[in-house]
Amino acid sequence: MAYPVDYRYTKEHEWLKVEGNTGTIGITDHAQESLGDIVFVELPKVGSELTAGKTLGTVESVKAVSDIFAPVSGTVTEVNEALNTSPEQVNKDAHGAWMVKLKLKDPSEASRLLSAADYEKYVAAEGGH
Amino acid sequence: MARVTVLSYTNLISAICAPKDSPLSSETVAATPIRKTALNAVHRQMGAKMVDFNGWDMPVEYPPVGGLMKEHLAVRNGVGVFDVSHMGDIRIAGPQALAAVQHITMNDAAGMAIGQCRYSAMLYPQGTFVDDVIVHRMGEDDYMLVINAGTREKDVNWVTQNTRQFDCKAENLSDNYTQIAIQGPKGVNTLQKLTDADLSQVKFYWFTHGTVCGLPNILIARTGYTAEDGFEIYVPTDEPTSARVWYAVMDAGKEFGIVPCGLGARNTLRLEGRLPLYGHEISDTINVWEAGLERFLKMEKGDFTGRAALERAKADGIKRTLVGLESVDRGIPRDGYKVLDLNGKEIGYVTSGSYAPFLKKNIALAYVPLEHSAIGSEVAVEIRNQPVKCKVIPTPFYKRPKKQA
Repeated sequence: MAYPVDYRYTKEHEWLKVEGNTGTIGITDHAQESLGDIVFVELPKVGSELTAGKTLGTVESVKAVSDIFAPVSGTVTEVNEALNTSPEQVNKDAHGAWMVKLKLKDPSEASRLLSAADYEKYVAAEGGH
Repeated sequence: MARVTVLSYTNLISAICAPKDSPLSSETVAATPIRKTALNAVHRQMGAKMVDFNGWDMPVEYPPVGGLMKEHLAVRNGVGVFDVSHMGDIRIAGPQALAAVQHITMNDAAGMAIGQCRYSAMLYPQGTFVDDVIVHRMGEDDYMLVINAGTREKDVNWVTQNTRQFDCKAENLSDNYTQIAIQGPKGVNTLQKLTDADLSQVKFYWFTHGTVCGLPNILIARTGYTAEDGFEIYVPTDEPTSARVWYAVMDAGKEFGIVPCGLGARNTLRLEGRLPLYGHEISDTINVWEAGLERFLKMEKGDFTGRAALERAKADGIKRTLVGLESVDRGIPRDGYKVLDLNGKEIGYVTSGSYAPFLKKNIALAYVPLEHSAIGSEVAVEIRNQPVKCKVIPTPFYKRPKKQA
Protein backbone atom coordinates (compact mmCIF):
# COMPACT_ATOMS: atom_id res chain seq x y z
CA MET A 1 0.00 0.00 0.00
CA ALA A 2 1.35 3.37 -1.00
CA TYR A 3 1.53 6.06 1.66
CA PRO A 4 0.66 9.45 0.13
CA VAL A 5 3.81 11.56 -0.01
CA ASP A 6 1.94 14.78 0.79
CA TYR A 7 0.83 13.38 4.19
CA ARG A 8 2.87 13.31 7.42
CA TYR A 9 2.77 10.32 9.79
CA THR A 10 3.15 9.43 13.45
CA LYS A 11 4.73 6.40 15.06
CA GLU A 12 1.28 5.78 16.54
CA HIS A 13 0.00 5.26 12.98
CA GLU A 14 -2.02 8.41 12.36
CA TRP A 15 -1.67 10.50 9.22
CA LEU A 16 -1.94 14.27 8.88
CA LYS A 17 -2.56 16.26 5.74
CA VAL A 18 -1.83 19.97 5.95
CA GLU A 19 -3.47 22.55 3.67
CA GLY A 20 -2.71 26.07 4.80
CA ASN A 21 -3.97 26.34 8.37
CA THR A 22 -6.14 23.26 8.12
CA GLY A 23 -5.07 19.79 9.13
CA THR A 24 -6.90 16.55 8.31
CA ILE A 25 -6.31 13.46 10.45
CA GLY A 26 -6.89 9.76 9.86
CA ILE A 27 -5.26 6.42 10.66
CA THR A 28 -2.88 4.67 8.33
CA ASP A 29 -3.44 1.65 6.17
CA HIS A 30 -1.04 -0.27 8.40
CA ALA A 31 -3.23 0.67 11.37
CA GLN A 32 -6.46 -0.54 9.79
CA GLU A 33 -4.77 -3.75 8.74
CA SER A 34 -3.50 -4.44 12.27
CA LEU A 35 -6.91 -3.74 13.74
CA GLY A 36 -8.97 -5.85 11.34
CA ASP A 37 -12.68 -5.25 10.74
CA ILE A 38 -13.41 -1.81 12.17
CA VAL A 39 -16.86 -1.60 13.74
CA PHE A 40 -16.78 1.57 15.83
CA VAL A 41 -15.21 5.00 15.62
CA GLU A 42 -15.60 7.62 18.34
CA LEU A 43 -14.59 11.16 17.43
CA PRO A 44 -14.39 14.48 19.33
CA LYS A 45 -16.95 17.26 19.10
CA VAL A 46 -16.52 20.18 16.75
CA GLY A 47 -14.91 22.98 18.72
CA SER A 48 -12.86 20.75 21.02
CA GLU A 49 -9.18 21.55 21.49
CA LEU A 50 -6.69 18.86 20.54
CA THR A 51 -3.22 18.66 22.01
CA ALA A 52 -0.44 16.94 20.10
CA GLY A 53 0.13 13.47 21.52
CA LYS A 54 -3.16 13.38 23.45
CA THR A 55 -6.12 11.11 22.69
CA LEU A 56 -8.64 12.50 20.26
CA GLY A 57 -10.88 9.48 19.91
CA THR A 58 -11.13 5.73 19.69
CA VAL A 59 -11.30 3.15 16.96
CA GLU A 60 -12.50 -0.38 17.63
CA SER A 61 -12.43 -3.52 15.55
CA VAL A 62 -14.26 -6.68 16.54
CA LYS A 63 -11.25 -7.79 18.52
CA ALA A 64 -9.36 -4.66 19.49
CA VAL A 65 -9.73 -1.20 20.97
CA SER A 66 -7.27 1.53 20.17
CA ASP A 67 -6.87 5.20 20.98
CA ILE A 68 -6.37 7.74 18.22
CA PHE A 69 -3.78 10.37 19.10
CA ALA A 70 -3.65 13.92 17.79
CA PRO A 71 -0.51 14.30 15.65
CA VAL A 72 -0.62 18.07 16.20
CA SER A 73 -2.52 20.63 18.30
CA GLY A 74 -5.53 22.62 17.13
CA THR A 75 -9.27 23.18 17.22
CA VAL A 76 -11.65 20.67 15.65
CA THR A 77 -13.61 22.28 12.82
CA GLU A 78 -15.24 19.20 11.31
CA VAL A 79 -15.63 15.49 12.05
CA ASN A 80 -16.41 12.75 9.55
CA GLU A 81 -19.91 11.79 10.78
CA ALA A 82 -20.18 9.16 8.05
CA LEU A 83 -17.84 6.94 10.07
CA ASN A 84 -20.49 6.65 12.82
CA THR A 85 -22.61 4.55 10.51
CA SER A 86 -19.95 3.22 8.12
CA PRO A 87 -16.80 2.63 10.17
CA GLU A 88 -15.72 -0.01 7.62
CA GLN A 89 -14.79 2.88 5.32
CA VAL A 90 -11.56 3.03 7.28
CA ASN A 91 -10.72 -0.54 6.22
CA LYS A 92 -11.64 0.17 2.62
CA ASP A 93 -9.71 3.40 2.24
CA ALA A 94 -7.71 4.37 5.31
CA HIS A 95 -5.95 7.26 3.64
CA GLY A 96 -9.22 8.67 2.29
CA ALA A 97 -11.48 8.02 5.29
CA TRP A 98 -10.49 11.08 7.28
CA MET A 99 -11.61 11.43 10.88
CA VAL A 100 -11.27 15.07 11.92
CA LYS A 101 -10.30 18.38 10.38
CA LEU A 102 -8.73 20.98 12.61
CA LYS A 103 -7.51 24.55 12.58
CA LEU A 104 -3.82 24.15 13.33
CA LYS A 105 -2.45 25.93 16.35
CA ASP A 106 1.05 25.95 14.92
CA PRO A 107 1.47 24.69 11.33
CA SER A 108 5.19 24.16 11.90
CA GLU A 109 4.37 21.30 14.33
CA ALA A 110 3.73 19.08 11.33
CA SER A 111 7.37 19.18 10.31
CA ARG A 112 8.22 17.07 13.37
CA LEU A 113 6.19 14.18 11.95
CA LEU A 114 7.48 11.40 9.72
CA SER A 115 7.56 11.60 5.95
CA ALA A 116 5.90 8.80 3.95
CA ALA A 117 9.28 7.19 3.25
CA ASP A 118 10.33 7.33 6.91
CA TYR A 119 6.98 6.01 8.09
CA GLU A 120 7.20 3.11 5.67
CA LYS A 121 10.65 2.28 6.98
CA TYR A 122 9.37 2.54 10.53
CA VAL A 123 6.51 0.13 9.86
CA ALA A 124 8.82 -2.32 8.14
CA ALA A 125 11.22 -2.21 11.09
CA GLU A 126 8.33 -2.72 13.51
CA GLY A 127 7.66 -6.01 11.78
CA GLY A 128 4.66 -4.70 9.92
CA HIS A 129 3.65 -5.31 6.37
CA MET B 1 -3.70 5.13 16.83
CA ALA B 2 -1.01 3.68 18.89
CA ARG B 3 -0.87 0.57 20.88
CA VAL B 4 -3.39 -1.66 19.24
CA THR B 5 -4.68 -3.19 22.40
CA VAL B 6 -6.08 -6.47 21.31
CA LEU B 7 -8.57 -7.15 23.98
CA SER B 8 -11.64 -8.73 25.01
CA TYR B 9 -11.96 -11.93 23.38
CA THR B 10 -10.03 -14.45 25.21
CA ASN B 11 -8.00 -15.20 28.24
CA LEU B 12 -4.91 -14.17 26.44
CA ILE B 13 -6.03 -10.95 26.26
CA SER B 14 -7.47 -10.39 29.63
CA ALA B 15 -3.98 -11.20 30.79
CA ILE B 16 -2.69 -8.28 28.77
CA CYS B 17 -5.39 -5.75 29.21
CA ALA B 18 -7.73 -6.44 32.06
CA PRO B 19 -6.85 -4.13 34.92
CA LYS B 20 -4.82 -5.77 37.67
CA ASP B 21 -7.77 -5.99 40.03
CA SER B 22 -10.09 -7.09 37.26
CA PRO B 23 -12.62 -9.73 38.18
CA LEU B 24 -11.42 -11.62 35.13
CA SER B 25 -7.91 -12.25 36.29
CA SER B 26 -8.34 -14.32 39.41
CA GLU B 27 -6.10 -17.05 38.09
CA THR B 28 -2.83 -16.29 36.44
CA VAL B 29 -0.98 -18.49 34.05
CA ALA B 30 2.67 -19.13 34.75
CA ALA B 31 5.10 -18.12 32.03
CA THR B 32 6.22 -21.20 30.08
CA PRO B 33 7.70 -21.55 26.60
CA ILE B 34 5.10 -21.01 23.90
CA ARG B 35 3.49 -24.19 22.58
CA LYS B 36 2.56 -24.95 19.00
CA THR B 37 0.02 -27.29 17.50
CA ALA B 38 0.93 -29.58 14.63
CA LEU B 39 -0.81 -27.13 12.29
CA ASN B 40 1.30 -24.12 13.25
CA ALA B 41 3.18 -24.00 9.95
CA VAL B 42 -0.09 -24.37 8.05
CA HIS B 43 -1.59 -21.34 9.81
CA ARG B 44 1.44 -19.25 9.01
CA GLN B 45 1.38 -20.39 5.42
CA MET B 46 -2.26 -19.32 5.18
CA GLY B 47 -1.33 -15.87 6.43
CA ALA B 48 -2.88 -16.10 9.89
CA LYS B 49 -2.28 -13.43 12.49
CA MET B 50 -0.90 -15.38 15.42
CA VAL B 51 -1.31 -14.59 19.12
CA ASP B 52 -0.28 -16.09 22.42
CA PHE B 53 -3.41 -17.77 23.75
CA ASN B 54 -2.84 -19.23 27.19
CA GLY B 55 0.70 -20.12 26.24
CA TRP B 56 -0.24 -21.41 22.77
CA ASP B 57 0.79 -19.77 19.52
CA MET B 58 -2.61 -19.75 17.82
CA PRO B 59 -4.26 -18.08 14.82
CA VAL B 60 -6.57 -15.24 15.80
CA GLU B 61 -7.77 -14.57 12.25
CA TYR B 62 -6.78 -15.14 8.64
CA PRO B 63 -6.67 -11.74 6.89
CA PRO B 64 -6.02 -13.27 3.42
CA VAL B 65 -9.46 -14.97 3.48
CA GLY B 66 -11.15 -11.82 4.71
CA GLY B 67 -10.59 -11.86 8.46
CA LEU B 68 -12.70 -12.36 11.55
CA MET B 69 -16.02 -11.02 10.28
CA LYS B 70 -15.94 -13.14 7.14
CA GLU B 71 -14.89 -16.20 9.14
CA HIS B 72 -17.76 -15.71 11.58
CA LEU B 73 -20.33 -15.39 8.79
CA ALA B 74 -18.92 -18.40 6.93
CA VAL B 75 -19.69 -20.56 9.98
CA ARG B 76 -23.22 -19.16 10.32
CA ASN B 77 -24.01 -19.49 6.62
CA GLY B 78 -21.77 -22.26 5.30
CA VAL B 79 -18.75 -23.84 6.92
CA GLY B 80 -15.51 -22.92 8.64
CA VAL B 81 -12.58 -24.96 9.92
CA PHE B 82 -10.73 -24.39 13.19
CA ASP B 83 -7.57 -25.84 14.72
CA VAL B 84 -8.57 -26.62 18.29
CA SER B 85 -5.67 -28.92 19.08
CA HIS B 86 -4.84 -26.82 22.11
CA MET B 87 -7.86 -28.33 23.82
CA GLY B 88 -7.01 -31.15 26.18
CA ASP B 89 -8.35 -34.66 26.59
CA ILE B 90 -8.38 -36.87 29.67
CA ARG B 91 -9.38 -40.51 29.51
CA ILE B 92 -10.86 -42.18 32.58
CA ALA B 93 -11.09 -45.94 32.20
CA GLY B 94 -11.51 -48.94 34.49
CA PRO B 95 -14.19 -50.80 36.47
CA GLN B 96 -15.11 -47.70 38.50
CA ALA B 97 -14.74 -45.15 35.72
CA LEU B 98 -18.40 -44.14 35.88
CA ALA B 99 -18.27 -43.64 39.64
CA ALA B 100 -15.16 -41.50 39.21
CA VAL B 101 -16.75 -39.36 36.48
CA GLN B 102 -19.89 -38.95 38.59
CA HIS B 103 -17.76 -37.86 41.54
CA ILE B 104 -15.84 -35.15 39.71
CA THR B 105 -18.50 -33.74 37.36
CA MET B 106 -21.87 -32.10 37.93
CA ASN B 107 -23.99 -33.54 35.12
CA ASP B 108 -25.28 -37.11 35.28
CA ALA B 109 -23.12 -39.49 33.25
CA ALA B 110 -25.11 -42.55 34.35
CA GLY B 111 -27.62 -42.65 31.51
CA MET B 112 -25.12 -42.05 28.75
CA ALA B 113 -24.93 -44.52 25.88
CA ILE B 114 -21.63 -45.49 24.33
CA GLY B 115 -21.18 -42.92 21.58
CA GLN B 116 -22.83 -40.11 23.50
CA CYS B 117 -21.40 -36.75 24.64
CA ARG B 118 -22.65 -34.61 27.49
CA TYR B 119 -21.77 -31.06 28.50
CA SER B 120 -20.72 -30.91 32.14
CA ALA B 121 -18.28 -29.25 34.51
CA MET B 122 -15.80 -30.14 37.22
CA LEU B 123 -16.35 -28.19 40.42
CA TYR B 124 -14.35 -27.23 43.45
CA PRO B 125 -15.83 -28.16 46.84
CA GLN B 126 -17.07 -24.52 46.97
CA GLY B 127 -19.35 -25.16 43.97
CA THR B 128 -17.23 -22.99 41.68
CA PHE B 129 -15.59 -24.12 38.44
CA VAL B 130 -12.42 -26.10 37.89
CA ASP B 131 -13.40 -26.18 34.20
CA ASP B 132 -16.28 -26.99 31.91
CA VAL B 133 -15.91 -30.24 29.99
CA ILE B 134 -17.56 -32.43 27.40
CA VAL B 135 -17.85 -36.00 28.65
CA HIS B 136 -17.66 -38.66 25.92
CA ARG B 137 -18.63 -42.23 26.77
CA MET B 138 -16.12 -44.21 24.72
CA GLY B 139 -16.87 -47.73 25.97
CA GLU B 140 -18.43 -49.78 28.77
CA ASP B 141 -16.11 -48.38 31.47
CA ASP B 142 -14.33 -45.80 29.39
CA TYR B 143 -14.88 -42.02 29.33
CA MET B 144 -13.06 -39.10 27.78
CA LEU B 145 -13.28 -35.53 29.08
CA VAL B 146 -12.46 -32.75 26.64
CA ILE B 147 -11.06 -29.80 28.56
CA ASN B 148 -9.88 -26.25 27.92
CA ALA B 149 -6.39 -25.24 26.82
CA GLY B 150 -5.79 -22.69 29.54
CA THR B 151 -6.65 -25.13 32.30
CA ARG B 152 -4.99 -28.26 30.92
CA GLU B 153 -2.35 -28.88 33.59
CA LYS B 154 -4.66 -27.86 36.41
CA ASP B 155 -7.40 -30.16 35.10
CA VAL B 156 -5.11 -33.12 34.64
CA ASN B 157 -3.83 -32.76 38.21
CA TRP B 158 -7.34 -32.30 39.50
CA VAL B 159 -8.68 -35.39 37.76
CA THR B 160 -5.70 -37.49 38.78
CA GLN B 161 -5.98 -36.53 42.43
CA ASN B 162 -9.74 -36.77 42.66
CA THR B 163 -10.17 -40.12 40.94
CA ARG B 164 -7.49 -41.84 42.97
CA GLN B 165 -9.95 -43.52 45.34
CA PHE B 166 -11.65 -45.27 42.42
CA ASP B 167 -10.61 -48.38 40.57
CA CYS B 168 -9.80 -46.63 37.31
CA LYS B 169 -6.98 -44.94 35.49
CA ALA B 170 -6.84 -41.29 34.46
CA GLU B 171 -4.68 -40.69 31.42
CA ASN B 172 -3.74 -37.41 29.78
CA LEU B 173 -4.29 -37.81 26.03
CA SER B 174 -3.96 -34.11 25.24
CA ASP B 175 -0.88 -34.48 23.09
CA ASN B 176 -2.23 -37.45 21.15
CA TYR B 177 -4.59 -35.56 18.89
CA THR B 178 -4.77 -32.84 16.35
CA GLN B 179 -8.32 -31.67 16.94
CA ILE B 180 -10.01 -30.04 13.96
CA ALA B 181 -13.45 -28.45 14.21
CA ILE B 182 -15.57 -28.30 11.05
CA GLN B 183 -18.42 -25.97 11.93
CA GLY B 184 -21.49 -24.61 10.23
CA PRO B 185 -24.61 -25.87 8.43
CA LYS B 186 -22.43 -27.21 5.60
CA GLY B 187 -20.01 -28.92 7.98
CA VAL B 188 -21.81 -32.22 7.58
CA ASN B 189 -21.63 -32.04 3.76
CA THR B 190 -17.96 -31.13 3.91
CA LEU B 191 -16.88 -33.91 6.24
CA GLN B 192 -19.10 -36.54 4.60
CA LYS B 193 -16.94 -36.30 1.48
CA LEU B 194 -13.92 -37.42 3.50
CA THR B 195 -15.30 -40.27 5.56
CA ASP B 196 -17.05 -43.63 5.20
CA ALA B 197 -19.01 -43.02 8.41
CA ASP B 198 -22.65 -42.15 7.75
CA LEU B 199 -22.80 -38.75 9.41
CA SER B 200 -26.56 -38.47 9.00
CA GLN B 201 -26.76 -41.16 11.68
CA VAL B 202 -24.69 -39.13 14.16
CA LYS B 203 -26.95 -36.87 16.21
CA PHE B 204 -25.83 -33.61 17.80
CA TYR B 205 -23.71 -34.39 20.87
CA TRP B 206 -23.04 -37.96 19.75
CA PHE B 207 -19.92 -39.39 18.13
CA THR B 208 -18.79 -42.26 15.96
CA HIS B 209 -15.54 -43.70 14.63
CA GLY B 210 -14.71 -43.93 10.96
CA THR B 211 -12.07 -43.66 8.30
CA VAL B 212 -11.24 -40.01 7.56
CA CYS B 213 -8.90 -39.17 4.67
CA GLY B 214 -7.82 -42.81 4.67
CA LEU B 215 -6.97 -42.76 8.38
CA PRO B 216 -8.74 -45.60 10.18
CA ASN B 217 -10.77 -45.38 13.36
CA ILE B 218 -10.91 -41.61 13.71
CA LEU B 219 -13.10 -40.15 16.46
CA ILE B 220 -15.78 -37.97 14.83
CA ALA B 221 -17.91 -36.04 17.33
CA ARG B 222 -20.86 -33.83 16.44
CA THR B 223 -19.84 -31.14 18.90
CA GLY B 224 -18.47 -27.62 18.77
CA TYR B 225 -18.22 -24.19 20.28
CA THR B 226 -19.94 -22.04 17.69
CA ALA B 227 -23.68 -22.46 18.45
CA GLU B 228 -23.90 -24.08 15.02
CA ASP B 229 -24.09 -27.65 13.79
CA GLY B 230 -20.66 -29.13 13.21
CA PHE B 231 -18.08 -31.78 13.94
CA GLU B 232 -14.81 -32.15 15.79
CA ILE B 233 -12.41 -34.79 14.54
CA TYR B 234 -9.42 -36.18 16.40
CA VAL B 235 -6.57 -37.16 14.09
CA PRO B 236 -2.99 -38.27 14.75
CA THR B 237 -0.84 -35.44 15.89
CA ASP B 238 2.11 -35.73 13.48
CA GLU B 239 2.56 -32.69 11.28
CA PRO B 240 2.25 -34.21 7.78
CA THR B 241 -0.94 -36.09 8.66
CA SER B 242 -2.44 -33.08 10.42
CA ALA B 243 -1.66 -30.82 7.47
CA ARG B 244 -2.98 -33.35 4.97
CA VAL B 245 -6.32 -33.61 6.78
CA TRP B 246 -6.56 -29.81 7.14
CA TYR B 247 -6.06 -29.24 3.42
CA ALA B 248 -8.42 -32.09 2.55
CA VAL B 249 -11.12 -30.41 4.66
CA MET B 250 -10.41 -27.08 2.93
CA ASP B 251 -10.75 -28.79 -0.46
CA ALA B 252 -13.92 -30.64 0.46
CA GLY B 253 -15.50 -27.44 1.73
CA LYS B 254 -14.51 -25.31 -1.24
CA GLU B 255 -17.92 -25.61 -2.92
CA PHE B 256 -19.55 -24.36 0.31
CA GLY B 257 -17.21 -21.39 0.66
CA ILE B 258 -15.15 -22.85 3.50
CA VAL B 259 -12.65 -20.56 5.23
CA PRO B 260 -10.12 -21.24 7.98
CA CYS B 261 -11.25 -19.59 11.21
CA GLY B 262 -9.22 -18.28 14.12
CA LEU B 263 -9.81 -17.74 17.81
CA GLY B 264 -11.37 -14.35 17.11
CA ALA B 265 -14.32 -15.83 15.26
CA ARG B 266 -14.44 -18.71 17.70
CA ASN B 267 -14.99 -16.18 20.46
CA THR B 268 -17.66 -14.09 18.74
CA LEU B 269 -19.50 -17.24 17.60
CA ARG B 270 -19.60 -18.69 21.09
CA LEU B 271 -20.58 -15.32 22.57
CA GLU B 272 -23.60 -15.01 20.26
CA GLY B 273 -24.60 -18.48 21.44
CA ARG B 274 -23.95 -17.65 25.13
CA LEU B 275 -21.48 -20.52 25.46
CA PRO B 276 -19.32 -19.89 28.53
CA LEU B 277 -15.57 -19.30 28.37
CA TYR B 278 -13.43 -20.31 31.32
CA GLY B 279 -11.96 -17.29 33.09
CA HIS B 280 -14.88 -15.17 31.90
CA GLU B 281 -18.42 -16.51 32.47
CA ILE B 282 -17.15 -19.34 34.67
CA SER B 283 -14.18 -19.43 37.02
CA ASP B 284 -13.01 -20.49 40.45
CA THR B 285 -14.99 -17.63 42.00
CA ILE B 286 -18.31 -18.14 40.18
CA ASN B 287 -20.76 -20.88 41.13
CA VAL B 288 -23.10 -22.90 38.93
CA TRP B 289 -26.27 -21.07 39.95
CA GLU B 290 -24.75 -17.68 39.19
CA ALA B 291 -23.53 -18.88 35.79
CA GLY B 292 -27.03 -20.09 34.92
CA LEU B 293 -25.79 -23.57 34.04
CA GLU B 294 -28.18 -25.48 36.31
CA ARG B 295 -29.58 -27.25 33.25
CA PHE B 296 -26.35 -29.29 33.34
CA LEU B 297 -26.34 -29.71 37.13
CA LYS B 298 -27.94 -32.90 38.44
CA MET B 299 -28.28 -32.48 42.21
CA GLU B 300 -30.39 -35.64 42.42
CA LYS B 301 -27.77 -37.96 40.91
CA GLY B 302 -26.05 -38.48 44.28
CA ASP B 303 -23.06 -36.88 45.93
CA PHE B 304 -20.32 -35.19 43.89
CA THR B 305 -17.67 -32.58 44.51
CA GLY B 306 -19.28 -29.18 44.95
CA ARG B 307 -22.79 -30.44 45.61
CA ALA B 308 -23.01 -29.59 49.32
CA ALA B 309 -21.77 -26.05 48.74
CA LEU B 310 -24.25 -25.54 45.93
CA GLU B 311 -27.08 -26.70 48.17
CA ARG B 312 -26.02 -24.15 50.79
CA ALA B 313 -25.55 -21.43 48.20
CA LYS B 314 -29.08 -21.98 46.96
CA ALA B 315 -30.52 -21.92 50.49
CA ASP B 316 -28.63 -18.70 51.21
CA GLY B 317 -30.05 -17.15 48.05
CA ILE B 318 -28.32 -16.30 44.80
CA LYS B 319 -27.14 -12.70 44.69
CA ARG B 320 -25.87 -12.20 41.17
CA THR B 321 -26.57 -13.78 37.85
CA LEU B 322 -25.27 -13.81 34.30
CA VAL B 323 -27.36 -11.72 31.90
CA GLY B 324 -27.21 -10.76 28.25
CA LEU B 325 -26.85 -7.06 27.45
CA GLU B 326 -27.32 -5.08 24.28
CA SER B 327 -26.01 -1.53 23.90
CA VAL B 328 -28.80 1.01 23.54
CA ASP B 329 -26.46 3.99 23.17
CA ARG B 330 -23.32 3.90 21.00
CA GLY B 331 -20.47 1.87 22.43
CA ILE B 332 -19.13 -1.65 22.65
CA PRO B 333 -19.12 -3.23 26.11
CA ARG B 334 -15.89 -5.20 26.53
CA ASP B 335 -14.56 -7.83 28.91
CA GLY B 336 -13.90 -6.43 32.36
CA TYR B 337 -15.86 -3.18 31.94
CA LYS B 338 -17.95 -2.10 34.93
CA VAL B 339 -21.73 -2.38 34.95
CA LEU B 340 -23.47 0.57 36.63
CA ASP B 341 -27.05 1.20 37.65
CA LEU B 342 -28.74 4.25 36.17
CA ASN B 343 -27.52 6.34 39.11
CA GLY B 344 -23.94 5.51 38.25
CA LYS B 345 -23.36 3.05 41.10
CA GLU B 346 -21.18 0.06 40.24
CA ILE B 347 -23.25 -3.13 40.37
CA GLY B 348 -21.37 -5.72 38.32
CA TYR B 349 -19.01 -6.37 35.43
CA VAL B 350 -18.90 -7.55 31.84
CA THR B 351 -17.46 -11.05 31.37
CA SER B 352 -17.41 -10.97 27.55
CA GLY B 353 -18.53 -8.28 25.15
CA SER B 354 -18.11 -7.52 21.48
CA TYR B 355 -19.67 -6.37 18.30
CA ALA B 356 -21.65 -9.41 17.16
CA PRO B 357 -20.88 -10.01 13.47
CA PHE B 358 -24.01 -12.03 12.63
CA LEU B 359 -26.48 -10.10 14.80
CA LYS B 360 -24.85 -6.80 13.88
CA LYS B 361 -25.19 -5.23 17.30
CA ASN B 362 -23.07 -4.71 20.39
CA ILE B 363 -23.67 -7.42 22.96
CA ALA B 364 -22.22 -8.58 26.25
CA LEU B 365 -22.57 -11.10 29.01
CA ALA B 366 -22.36 -9.61 32.48
CA TYR B 367 -22.81 -10.42 36.13
CA VAL B 368 -25.41 -8.21 37.80
CA PRO B 369 -27.45 -8.40 41.03
CA LEU B 370 -30.71 -10.32 40.65
CA GLU B 371 -32.81 -7.15 40.96
CA HIS B 372 -31.26 -5.85 37.72
CA SER B 373 -31.54 -9.09 35.79
CA ALA B 374 -35.10 -9.02 34.43
CA ILE B 375 -35.40 -8.88 30.64
CA GLY B 376 -35.81 -5.23 29.66
CA SER B 377 -33.98 -3.83 32.72
CA GLU B 378 -31.82 -0.85 31.92
CA VAL B 379 -28.26 -0.59 33.18
CA ALA B 380 -25.15 1.16 31.97
CA VAL B 381 -21.70 -0.10 31.06
CA GLU B 382 -18.81 2.22 31.78
CA ILE B 383 -16.87 2.72 28.57
CA ARG B 384 -13.87 5.05 28.77
CA ASN B 385 -15.31 6.68 31.91
CA GLN B 386 -18.70 7.30 30.29
CA PRO B 387 -21.87 5.37 31.14
CA VAL B 388 -23.32 3.79 28.00
CA LYS B 389 -26.91 2.65 28.36
CA CYS B 390 -27.60 -1.06 27.83
CA LYS B 391 -30.64 -3.24 28.30
CA VAL B 392 -30.99 -6.80 29.49
CA ILE B 393 -32.08 -9.03 26.61
CA PRO B 394 -32.82 -12.77 26.37
CA THR B 395 -29.99 -15.24 25.74
CA PRO B 396 -28.72 -17.04 23.80
CA PHE B 397 -28.42 -13.97 21.59
CA TYR B 398 -28.32 -16.33 18.61
CA LYS B 399 -30.06 -19.65 18.21
CA ARG B 400 -29.47 -21.69 15.09
CA PRO B 401 -32.52 -22.32 12.94
CA LYS B 402 -34.20 -25.69 13.39
CA LYS B 403 -33.11 -28.18 10.79
CA GLN B 404 -35.52 -28.85 7.94
CA ALA B 405 -36.96 -32.36 8.26
